Amino acid sequence: MTELARYRVLDRAPRQWRDRLLRWETILLMVLAAVIVFNTVQSPYFLDVYNLSDTTQNFSEKAIVALGMALLIMVRDIDLSVAAIVALTSLAIGFAAKAGGSPPSLFATGLLVGIVCGAFNGFLVTVFGLPSIVVTIGTLSLYRGIAQVVLGDQAMTAYPSSYTEMAQNFITEQPPLYFAFAMFILLACVFAVVLHFTAWGRVLYAIGNNPVAARFSGIRVNRVRFILFVLTGALSGLAGALLTARIGSTRPNIALGWELEIVTMVVLGGISIAGGAGTIPGVVISVFVLGLTTFGLTLLNVPGIVINVILGVLLIAAIAVPIVIGRAVRAPGPL
Amino acid sequence: MLATAIASPAERDIGDIAPLLSLTGVSKRFPGVRALHQASLTLRAGEVMALVGENGAGKSTIVKILTGLYQPDEGEILIEGRPFSFASPRDAWAAGVTAIHQETVMFDELSVAENVFMGHMPVVGARLVAWGDMRARTRELLLRLECDIDPDTPLKTLGVAQKHLVEIARALSHNARIVIMDEPTAALSAREIDDLFRIVAQLKAEGRAILFISHKFEEIFRVADRWTCLRDGEQVGQGRIAEVTPAELVRLMVGRSIDQVFPKRPVPIGDLALEVEDLSNSTEFADISFTLRRGEILGLYGLVGAGRSEVMQCLFGLTRPTRGTVRVGGKPVTFPSPAAAIEAGIAYVPEDRQVQGGVLQLGVRENTTLASLTRHVRSGVLSRGSELADTRRLGTRLAIKAAHWDQRLQELSGGNQQKVVIAKWLATDPKILILDEPTKGIDVGSKAAVHEFMVELAGEGLAVVLISSELPEVMSMSDRILVMHEGRIVRAFEREGMDAAAIVTAATGGS
Amino acid sequence: MTLLFHRYFREILLALIVTGLVLAVGARAPVFLSIESLNGVLTDTAILAMMALAQMVVILTRGIDLSVAANLALSGMVVALLSEQAPDLPIFATILVATAVGGLLGFANGALVAFVGIPPIVVTLGTLAIYRGLVFVVSGGRWISSDKMAPAFLAFPHKTLLGLSTLVWIAALVAVAMALFLGRTRVGRGLYAVGGNPVAARYCGIDLGLQELLVFTLSGAVSGLCGYLWVARFGIAYTEIALGYELSVIAACVIGGVSIGGGIGTVTGTLLGALFLGVVVNALPVINVSPFWQMAISGAVILAAVVINARAEKRGGKLILPEARRAAAGGLS
Repeated sequence: MTELARYRVLDRAPRQWRDRLLRWETILLMVLAAVIVFNTVQSPYFLDVYNLSDTTQNFSEKAIVALGMALLIMVRDIDLSVAAIVALTSLAIGFAAKAGGSPPSLFATGLLVGIVCGAFNGFLVTVFGLPSIVVTIGTLSLYRGIAQVVLGDQAMTAYPSSYTEMAQNFITEQPPLYFAFAMFILLACVFAVVLHFTAWGRVLYAIGNNPVAARFSGIRVNRVRFILFVLTGALSGLAGALLTARIGSTRPNIALGWELEIVTMVVLGGISIAGGAGTIPGVVISVFVLGLTTFGLTLLNVPGIVINVILGVLLIAAIAVPIVIGRAVRAPGPL
Repeated sequence: MLATAIASPAERDIGDIAPLLSLTGVSKRFPGVRALHQASLTLRAGEVMALVGENGAGKSTIVKILTGLYQPDEGEILIEGRPFSFASPRDAWAAGVTAIHQETVMFDELSVAENVFMGHMPVVGARLVAWGDMRARTRELLLRLECDIDPDTPLKTLGVAQKHLVEIARALSHNARIVIMDEPTAALSAREIDDLFRIVAQLKAEGRAILFISHKFEEIFRVADRWTCLRDGEQVGQGRIAEVTPAELVRLMVGRSIDQVFPKRPVPIGDLALEVEDLSNSTEFADISFTLRRGEILGLYGLVGAGRSEVMQCLFGLTRPTRGTVRVGGKPVTFPSPAAAIEAGIAYVPEDRQVQGGVLQLGVRENTTLASLTRHVRSGVLSRGSELADTRRLGTRLAIKAAHWDQRLQELSGGNQQKVVIAKWLATDPKILILDEPTKGIDVGSKAAVHEFMVELAGEGLAVVLISSELPEVMSMSDRILVMHEGRIVRAFEREGMDAAAIVTAATGGS
Repeated sequence: MTLLFHRYFREILLALIVTGLVLAVGARAPVFLSIESLNGVLTDTAILAMMALAQMVVILTRGIDLSVAANLALSGMVVALLSEQAPDLPIFATILVATAVGGLLGFANGALVAFVGIPPIVVTLGTLAIYRGLVFVVSGGRWISSDKMAPAFLAFPHKTLLGLSTLVWIAALVAVAMALFLGRTRVGRGLYAVGGNPVAARYCGIDLGLQELLVFTLSGAVSGLCGYLWVARFGIAYTEIALGYELSVIAACVIGGVSIGGGIGTVTGTLLGALFLGVVVNALPVINVSPFWQMAISGAVILAAVVINARAEKRGGKLILPEARRAAAGGLS
């Protein structure tokens, strides 16, 4: 074709610093910086290494689940039963502990229960073609219901100290890190590599943006979704094992309300509810933003439930502000 | 024939009639795209104006402006000399403009009557819907169209042609003075097209102005009085139909003279690539049997909704058949999923480019490698260099026009988007390539490129299936043609026996 | 006749299941079938039924409102405080205030969805936390018990008319109003259109933003009304009332055949869905099943309902073959 001589196609887009700056992750980093600065000014206890490390205990387990939830939301699914899976996992671990299990076997039990629960979710969603929001509302009741039936209003507290110490003590002294936090950072790195550098990650972005075209391109969409549900279940199981070890007991209302906090972590992190957009680094920064904001407010003696109000406002503002600014800056595109 | 029912322009002097609707100097921009630039259009009462142009020329933008979905950046809309501005579809209705769209935009779960009257339901007293009145008026409108569907029937139980009639009924329910018809005949049989043109004549006689958009010249020359041609968002000509020839119109549309017919050069036909026997499905197709050889281009013709895509999608593993055998290269195969079909060397370029073909939000490179990702994995991660190499190679071969290989598919023209989709499938090194309406809605230049390309591929030994609803295209490109009607293959034509009338008759169920 | 049967298949099936359930429980424990017991079930289900109808309207337009329980709690707390401060306030004023507060909270949701364009699930996740927290802020963490509420305030839900509690009458009123709205008004039919095909609805000139505003305000108003009814009925107001109730509300909708994808759902179905849950909850203590089973059973029922509804909704392949079309048409005549 003679047209070829008239134009050349560049290999990649010309880099513009403006695009870098307007990215969600950059904005989040600025928010994080603001949170740190504000809290440091408000309280001398904020920047204490040991206090900060203690805070990681409050969000690490949820953050681990958030990694899985991020991938699910990216492919336009959701799993609201994660907190219930944590509860059920904790129950199973309680029984395993009673039967005299060692810490590795307790963790294994947790993972196994999580995988089974996740697989059930995935089965209902992919084989029956049911919307994941409704399925996981059902399984959320089912799983937590089972925990309630078995436990009633009792609690299980018989856990071996070898198990609880693993979660309650530092695993390294300089810097002082907890096991759960270390796990979160490790998993975050793995997820980041997978999502951003492997074929698997590309497949997730394709499914999230256009599941029909993805299927027509030979991607086994339902298989991918099923795997993600199992993965999220496994992560919930892991979180359950870590949580149970940390608090040393199992109650039927364990992890109540976690699903909402986890979805907040994910959505604030830039993962679009419509699917196909967002990054793992964004989720990690968002975890820190939420965790440190909560910590700072706690130091200021703000009651937990009021902190929730602030987090709710933060969630809405974080989604609203870019939309409003974008509208003022850009003209609307074609329908 | 019905041509006599529509008064020929020579018999009436319509030059003196004042315009009913005119667009002057209308422009519309989107980020990176200049959809319309100083375009103008004039519609007169009792007249059919044909709007011609390639896709991307601005026809659908004009329709969206006239129906209140877009607002022009500059220019005027005048109705009977008075300026109007449509902030929403409601304003357009109020001004007497209504449209019948290409894609049926309707509500499957609601009844026919509700579909016809949604948005302007007759009311009784304060706010309650007058069901009886609505039903009666719907029945009346449908009778005018010689259609006896019960107004309470849920829309989802109707066939494609019937749904189209309901849509026409909806346009008529507005009693509009200006009726826009955007590719209205795509799903209709010959008899239904005659009915439609009868209605057009009726509307003309009632003094309405009709804007008729179609890329089928036989229809334009049959029904229109005048024409306006758009190219790249600008109006490049207008006049009376009686004073123009199809070749001149094409030249205006494209900007240069081009041969619309691309004959397939003879190519050595090789061994059997695909054998299909009695392939059937409970609702979409039955008793499908055919063979395909290497180097061959097999045309699959039929009306919209005849089941052609469904057969190919089943072959490709998207759906499961209830009966039948498929053999690739002599070996019987079953495809539980598209991945298996791709492995066996089958590639399917789907009809709906934007929903099924490509992921609009991803870039050219990412789209091109989507079906062949495993080839670019180096020690666990994707190699961008490897992806780029493949993308460059295919992009150059197909002459894909983009600013850079990471440009989002969304920002490319329809023709270039289609090339990217084809590139994606070529990247899988297929042995059998199925193209489903590959040139639908793309500019003539890209069309020619795709045709040449198909011949090239056949020459390289690929077996090609071409699904097309455009008779000239399918007749000139194919070595053999299979005609489908209501889910079955009704006739087969060899090169020597191809006769346009016979093909069309078979496609509409005649004998 | 058969057309009617096919159209209302889901509701008929559900009605049969509910009746069957009641009879089965009654067989185990005949006291369940007594007038007082059945009346109790109805009264218990009234609030759930109203909230489910309001939620249905939101789900019809492809939205979801997770903040309904928090809204209920906040509105209830506000009127409880009001009753504490101004015990002479007439009942209908109290009801008005509760509904207005709820409506305002719902309007806030609607505004964020319609004007800013934030997806409903994100908005209502946020307001769920915000409204619940505001209950604490507004009450200072206090519990308002019945001795602080005006006698008239408390008595209203317990009054009876023709043997049925006022709660049941109000629920009936809401149901009738909803049925009229959805079945016989243009706006109501428009909701089904938006849920079924938002693009087409826009072409028809339906203002999607206004609709979103409407449905969320409606959902909020009903939650507000139920806030008063809840607080007055149980004689207590505190931060955690109706915690997690939004799940039961959505469950009732799903069981009643409302499709989460929008565009499908009926008043009868939703009422039956709420009734089903109400029967289950009330039946458990009667047949000596521990109340701890409630959640598990709820969950199992939701899953069963969703699977069954999905099967019913399944649009098979396109009907191209003439024999296939004849078969489908035959089933409907």
